Amino acid sequence: MALRTYAILYLIFLYAPIVLLPIFAFNDGTIIAFPLQGFTTQWFEELWTTTALHDAVGNSIFIAVLTAIFSTLLGMLTARAGAMANFPGKGGIIGFIMLPLVLPEIIVAVSLLVMLRQVLDMDLSNWTVIAAHTLMSTPFSVAILNGAFQSLDPAMEEAAMDLGENRWSAFRLVILPLVMPGIISSMLIAFTISLDEFIIAFFLTGANPTMPVYIWGLLRFPAKLPVVMALGTILVTLSIVLLSMAEYFRRRGLRRAGVEDPGGFI
Amino acid sequence: MTADDRSALIELRAVHKWYGDYHALRGIDLKIRSGEFFSLLGPSGCGKTTLLRTIAGFEPISDGVMYLDGRNVAGVAPNHRPTNMVFQSYAIFPHLSVAENVGFGLRRDKRSKEEKARAVGEALEMVGLAGYGARPSHALSGGQRQRVALARALILKPKVLLLDEPLSALDKKMREQMQVELMKLQREVGITFILVTHDQEEALVMSDRIAVMFEGEIGQLGDPESLYRRPNSARVAEFIGMMNFLPGSVSGTTVEMPGLGRAEVAAEQLTSGSFTGPARIGIRPETLSLLFDGEPDRGRVAPGMVDEVVYYGDMTYYDVRLDGVPEPVRISMKNLIGRPVLDVGTPCRVTWDEQALVVLPAA
Repeated sequence: MALRTYAILYLIFLYAPIVLLPIFAFNDGTIIAFPLQGFTTQWFEELWTTTALHDAVGNSIFIAVLTAIFSTLLGMLTARAGAMANFPGKGGIIGFIMLPLVLPEIIVAVSLLVMLRQVLDMDLSNWTVIAAHTLMSTPFSVAILNGAFQSLDPAMEEAAMDLGENRWSAFRLVILPLVMPGIISSMLIAFTISLDEFIIAFFLTGANPTMPVYIWGLLRFPAKLPVVMALGTILVTLSIVLLSMAEYFRRRGLRRAGVEDPGGFI
Repeated sequence: MTADDRSALIELRAVHKWYGDYHALRGIDLKIRSGEFFSLLGPSGCGKTTLLRTIAGFEPISDGVMYLDGRNVAGVAPNHRPTNMVFQSYAIFPHLSVAENVGFGLRRDKRSKEEKARAVGEALEMVGLAGYGARPSHALSGGQRQRVALARALILKPKVLLLDEPLSALDKKMREQMQVELMKLQREVGITFILVTHDQEEALVMSDRIAVMFEGEIGQLGDPESLYRRPNSARVAEFIGMMNFLPGSVSGTTVEMPGLGRAEVAAEQLTSGSFTGPARIGIRPETLSLLFDGEPDRGRVAPGMVDEVVYYGDMTYYDVRLDGVPEPVRISMKNLIGRPVLDVGTPCRVTWDEQALVVLPAA
């Protein structure tokens, strides 16, 4: 009973702030405070007509899609190498690849800024954000794809080669379909991470802000707060949908490979 | 050159394999004939799977020469060798149906779709899975997976079929059934089978010839009967079946044993060559017999006492202390009608035959 109470309180603590988002997104008043002022969809309509927001969303989606592709490609290479063979320094290399998971983002952001501007003398653009987001989301891709590659029987690839395929066609015909759920899951998670990442994007965006940076800019205008709430509602819904899909594909992948679920990411 | 040499389909000369500092294969010389059921038998870690994988082309050899079908296969990839493999895990592709699995190797084949489908159907029929083609492969039982793996390998009509412990994942009944089916299949298709196994009984039952391997070397090569009857070393004798060893000595062809006395043996019973001095005299449990009333002795009789009885239903194993022999010897007796099962402590007489002795140098 005590455990149950604890669990319920814990969930309230976790999710109460998020529940506030949709409440005030539909509240007919510019001040974020109770009592509520009545129902409106005007804040969503305002989202619909703000072109600066549309540009920011477009930027973010462009960055998130490319980040998802790059980090999944890098994650595949890492996971495949890790599952295939033991080589000197393997543990250390994998460790360094996973390190950005625990590095403070602000530190990464500052050092990347110094690196790009002072050392490489590059202009900031969507591409600098993509590079940084790829760095941050690759460890997540590696973690997901490691599971997919390590649950593969190495004899699968050998069997394909024994039956007449070369390394590449064996990979394409046998390995790729078997790890595909992991690939989709990795892309969805990297996409989600990139889409709502703020600190790095704040430091590294050029002339065109990403969506989180744009939202941060809106906060200077108190009258815009309900619009932020409306946008937040959409983002939370989208995140939940994407992460649920990622988890669904991860589980399906394990089922296909015929292994027990070792416990997931989410 | 003998007829055997001419029909050698696989020939290995001084083949070595190193994994870093680990010497996995230590100078393997081997000829495997066309159409033969050949087994590589040995304890785990003896190099038998490594040897099979070098023949398949998954592992390059570190030194030596390997010929497959008259061709030096150094550097030849698995997909260009006339071999196909049945893996220990079967490696059935879980995302493909049974028919797609079996037809996987026909992808680069020039034949029409209909012809390929017919070939798949025939292969499935051959392994007793006719009509299973449309099933998803992840729903198959262990025995069925193995049959799919067999059909998938045999559809390419390889010169050599390599089997890596194919029966180890099956239960005892299924295993015995598959042993017989594999033998029949091999006779039907006439393809050379090379089987890797650690199960000596499986090797004895199925093989035309067996190479017994220890620590990266071939300890003895021969047909099942000669390996069983004339092992050339104590470890072969102990690995294949059960063997009693008595301490003794040999001079020429005269053997002297405590308890059993003196005996004359033929030269072929000195299986690791003739020598003079201390010897280990091997004798199989079934070549010793307890002498029951009214049964004829086999020329030689020694007195003893029953030390332990293990009853198996069809057989009884006795440990018998022979007068003058330090360790008890094991004797297996068929439980024939009218033959009693003796109790521990019963005095008994043991009869034996000098032809059954195997004489090896003392360790």
